[in-house]
Amino acid sequence: MAAKTFAEKVLSHASGKEASTGDIVTARIDLAMSHENSALVLKAFQEMGGKEIWDRSKVVMLFDHRVPANTVKAAEGHKAVREFAKASSISNFYDLRAGVCHQVLPEKGHVLPGMLIVGTDSHTTTYGALGAFSTGIGATEMASVWATGELWLKVPDTLRLSLSGSLPLGTTAKDAILRVIGDLGADGADYQCVEFVGQVVDALSIAGRMVLSNMSVEMGAKAGVCFPDAKTDEFLLARGKAVNRKIASDPGATVRQMLEFDMSRLGPQVAKPHSVDNVVAVEEAAGIPIDQAFIGSCTNGRLEDLIEAERVLRGRQASQQVRLIVAPASRDIYIEASERGILSSLARSGAVILNPGCGPCLGAHEGLLAPGERCISTTNRNFKGRMGSPEAEVYLASPATVAASALKGEIADPREVNR
Amino acid sequence: MIKGRAWVFGDHINTDLIIPGRYLDDYSSKNLAAHVMEDADPEFPRKVAKGDIVVAGRNFGCGSSREQAPLALKHAGVSAVVAGSFARIFYRNAINVGLPVITCANAASRITPGEEIGIDLHGGWIQLPSGERLSFSPLPDFLIRILDEGGLVPYTRKRLQGR
Ligand code: SF4
Repeated sequence: MAAKTFAEKVLSHASGKEASTGDIVTARIDLAMSHENSALVLKAFQEMGGKEIWDRSKVVMLFDHRVPANTVKAAEGHKAVREFAKASSISNFYDLRAGVCHQVLPEKGHVLPGMLIVGTDSHTTTYGALGAFSTGIGATEMASVWATGELWLKVPDTLRLSLSGSLPLGTTAKDAILRVIGDLGADGADYQCVEFVGQVVDALSIAGRMVLSNMSVEMGAKAGVCFPDAKTDEFLLARGKAVNRKIASDPGATVRQMLEFDMSRLGPQVAKPHSVDNVVAVEEAAGIPIDQAFIGSCTNGRLEDLIEAERVLRGRQASQQVRLIVAPASRDIYIEASERGILSSLARSGAVILNPGCGPCLGAHEGLLAPGERCISTTNRNFKGRMGSPEAEVYLASPATVAASALKGEIADPREVNR
Repeated sequence: MIKGRAWVFGDHINTDLIIPGRYLDDYSSKNLAAHVMEDADPEFPRKVAKGDIVVAGRNFGCGSSREQAPLALKHAGVSAVVAGSFARIFYRNAINVGLPVITCANAASRITPGEEIGIDLHGGWIQLPSGERLSFSPLPDFLIRILDEGGLVPYTRKRLQGR
């Protein structure tokens, strides 16, 4: 049998036939995630004449974007979905209790290697960190998935990115992926399945790999995958999941492009407004005054991110000029960070600690920016208007860089304030 | 044949520019249409007319999976989007809500803002006022079927009824 890529393997399995790159297949979905936009899904589902969800055990729903409800309209949307989830006996409905979808699904053990997962959110690519083929779709498509359990998908080309060497101290997965996106551009991986391989990926924790997979969509990728290894097994076992199957591209499978990035001399990176590929070394942005610093989101709101930020800030005060906002990505992270004293330490440094959720990431509530203001953020998008006023500016960086910047009141190199 | 007046934009028009997150708690496409593209061109929501065609450069619709982006364009009266390339989720969403999307590499540099253009979806060409034609590869048949049905909702409704 011909050597297959990861994408070909998953989509062959999901469609029940031998699928090759470029084929359009009708694939069976293993897991379907939707958040607040379940309200839109529900509307389309009813318009389609859908009555029952094809397989309730394969649907996960929660609220994370506007929690607790920030407007009456948001509350009405929540209410409609809540009632539907109850009436349909969706057992994997977390309401607003669990946190950001892309943290919650892996954390609660819903994600397994080799699965085909769709979500009504572009950062659904995050689950690739555990070896799933996982991609974002629209609300109407999700309605048709609810009704039929199937979706048409084109088997994508593969772009293999080898991250070689090792990340220097003070440099993180976030810096690595920003550098890659800066070099490849915002459409550099359009429609492709990105495979992250190499020593850097092997050395990263699952949380670090989630940063890579999460942001692969910022260069247009359809999916961004890290092949499962012993760390994946350990992550799954901790969630009571049997290690199900090893999946990776076959040696010799046809990939469209292979690129190598040597990360050994990489330093902290910053994406300047208003596009994610506008990336420079932190030295080139250092000194730019900031009004707000945000640590959180499905990109960098995990425990190790909070630990990294706290290490920079511990015992010191964030600048009086800066509003430092921290939102743990999930309730489990919130509890653990709280029990370890990380949240109280951050609060002593001046941070406002938010409830788990998307927080200010999408510019809906909890920390919007006024015209002329500038924010440095651990999130994944710095588009114009993303965090409030279209005349505000968003810079993207790692938790350490954001924490260092909060300390100084201007964009700062974490290696200089670190102890 | 789709006919309309062209609005021309640059590369990387993202979903926050098409419809900003601050409006998304509103589930009415009509209300959203009043803000469509306002961060890219504040005049657009007021001046866009029924049948107008949006023309853009590379990577149109990059960013979030929000289906409100093509919906807002459609409800503002836009009859098609022609771009050098599309971000994949936007592309799927547009077809699913019944908004034709055409990939044509040099459209943004060849089409002048405000001019009347025509699009033949099945034939795969764009008619310019000068008489010149720009060609594109037509959509796969089953995507045209979804568009012809008026989007994925009516398309799936038929499928479910047929079961
Ligand atoms: S944290 Fe931000 S990027 Fe992630 S799901 Fe929420 S809004 Fe989207």
